[in-house]
Amino acid sequence: MTQDTKRHIASTALIIGFFLAWELFCWAGKISSVVLPRPSEVVVTLFERRDAIWPHVWQTLFTTLIGFALGVGIGVLIGISIGASKLAYAVVYPLLVGFSSIPKVAVVPIFVLWFGAGTVPAILTAMILCVFPVVVNVATGLATTEPELEDVMRSLRATSLDILTNVGLPRAMPYFFASLKVAITQAFVGTVIAETVASNRGIGNFMLIASSNFDVPLVFAGLLILAVLGVGLYVIFSVIEASVTGWARRKDLAMG
Amino acid sequence: MSAAGDEASPSRADAFVELENVTVTYGGGERAVNALAPTNLRMVKGDFVALVGPSGCGKSTILKLVSGLIRNTSGLVFVAGREVGAEAMRVGMAFQNPTLLPWLTIRDNVMLPLKIVPPFRGQYRRKRKAEFRDRAEALLASVGLAGFGDKHPWQLSGGMMQRASLCRALIHDPQLLMLDEPFGALDQFTREELWSIMQNLWLERKPTVILVTHDLKEAAYLANRICVMQARPGRIIEDRAVPFGRPRTIEMTYAPDFVALTHHLRDAIFSNRATKEAA
Repeated sequence: MTQDTKRHIASTALIIGFFLAWELFCWAGKISSVVLPRPSEVVVTLFERRDAIWPHVWQTLFTTLIGFALGVGIGVLIGISIGASKLAYAVVYPLLVGFSSIPKVAVVPIFVLWFGAGTVPAILTAMILCVFPVVVNVATGLATTEPELEDVMRSLRATSLDILTNVGLPRAMPYFFASLKVAITQAFVGTVIAETVASNRGIGNFMLIASSNFDVPLVFAGLLILAVLGVGLYVIFSVIEASVTGWARRKDLAMG
Repeated sequence: MSAAGDEASPSRADAFVELENVTVTYGGGERAVNALAPTNLRMVKGDFVALVGPSGCGKSTILKLVSGLIRNTSGLVFVAGREVGAEAMRVGMAFQNPTLLPWLTIRDNVMLPLKIVPPFRGQYRRKRKAEFRDRAEALLASVGLAGFGDKHPWQLSGGMMQRASLCRALIHDPQLLMLDEPFGALDQFTREELWSIMQNLWLERKPTVILVTHDLKEAAYLANRICVMQARPGRIIEDRAVPFGRPRTIEMTYAPDFVALTHHLRDAIFSNRATKEAA
């Protein structure tokens, strides 16, 4: 058995064990489902109420993906323009850190004020949460190009665009894909927060309504869906990352 | 010594690279660093000059001046009769660190200059599959890397990466080849092997080469002329022709006249340092 399969089996066992322990804990402690529902109850609720839940899942998924796409697009543009010049990187970075340290939940009311409650604030919140990890990673990937490599390119009379397309961008790819995995989970956080605060659709909204009705199994069903969606998208981007930027990890292996 | 100096320096008319009273100062005001005191250097086309000396003596500064990466503070830098930077000059560079791009194959790494430097640039899309590819393979074969074109840099040893780096510096037939301690990080045997490869490449193509090195034996093996430099401020204190015939062999580096030359260079570097410390 290889090291990898051992790890996979261990992770799977841990996940199953976690839910089993949860189930046993609730059952042994006779904990009311209004406080902490058993996983089996959550799954049953999920199945029985699937027709009511389904539109909300789509709403949240689309909102998240649109916000994510916008955020990544804007993040890449800002990241390239900052990272392409050492000066811009040094000048803009403090402002960027300042922006990224603002708790993004605080901007939701502003978006609601500007655009009204509904899908738009949710998309914008998801977007704003995506932008910063992408900007920082792309800019860092570009700005840390080896000076000697730049000398080689400049001695060939390469234009800035040549250096960017031949060296900078390929070099920034591993940083970019690493940021996508962070960004997609952040986008979910943004969407759900905005839906909870100001929307009548989406998983965040139905969880809020369910909890005000003390329908706790339904609240947990929402959490479970969010976890599954988050993990699913994370896996998709990991696979893309591995296939596009395998060289970065193989280099580490060769050096290690 | 002045006789040897006159013999080594070509006359102005046929100089390919010419530095005339060139100085370089980094920074300004109180903290200005005088990297290069007024310096004169002339090289004919196809010459091979080694710059040796302690760290901070301005060796790399001269290299960067000639390849147009930095500007001189005063004086004149001519390459091929024009002021440097005025005309697109084909320059190849190799450093101690091979700086290959890890996401490209060795062949694509070697072909990188063809993608950027005119006139190859315009033909790149059309020819990279056949003609340029053959050209890269032939060059790789000439440095003993036949069949390694499809490998990635991380699959090669340090010496092999450095050979690929030399190929990248030569693929576009540069008129100027700038070598900044390219063999510095290699073990003794690999280094000697690469000296021989470098000599062959130079004999075949005759680019004008400036080699920066700490290794006096390497300088005496490869170069036509050796310029000994001193630090604070950086300057050339001795310009010496290397009289040995070509092709040179490792065996020759143990001959008395070769040893005498490297010994003399060592004395030149150290005696100057000693008098400076005494004063």
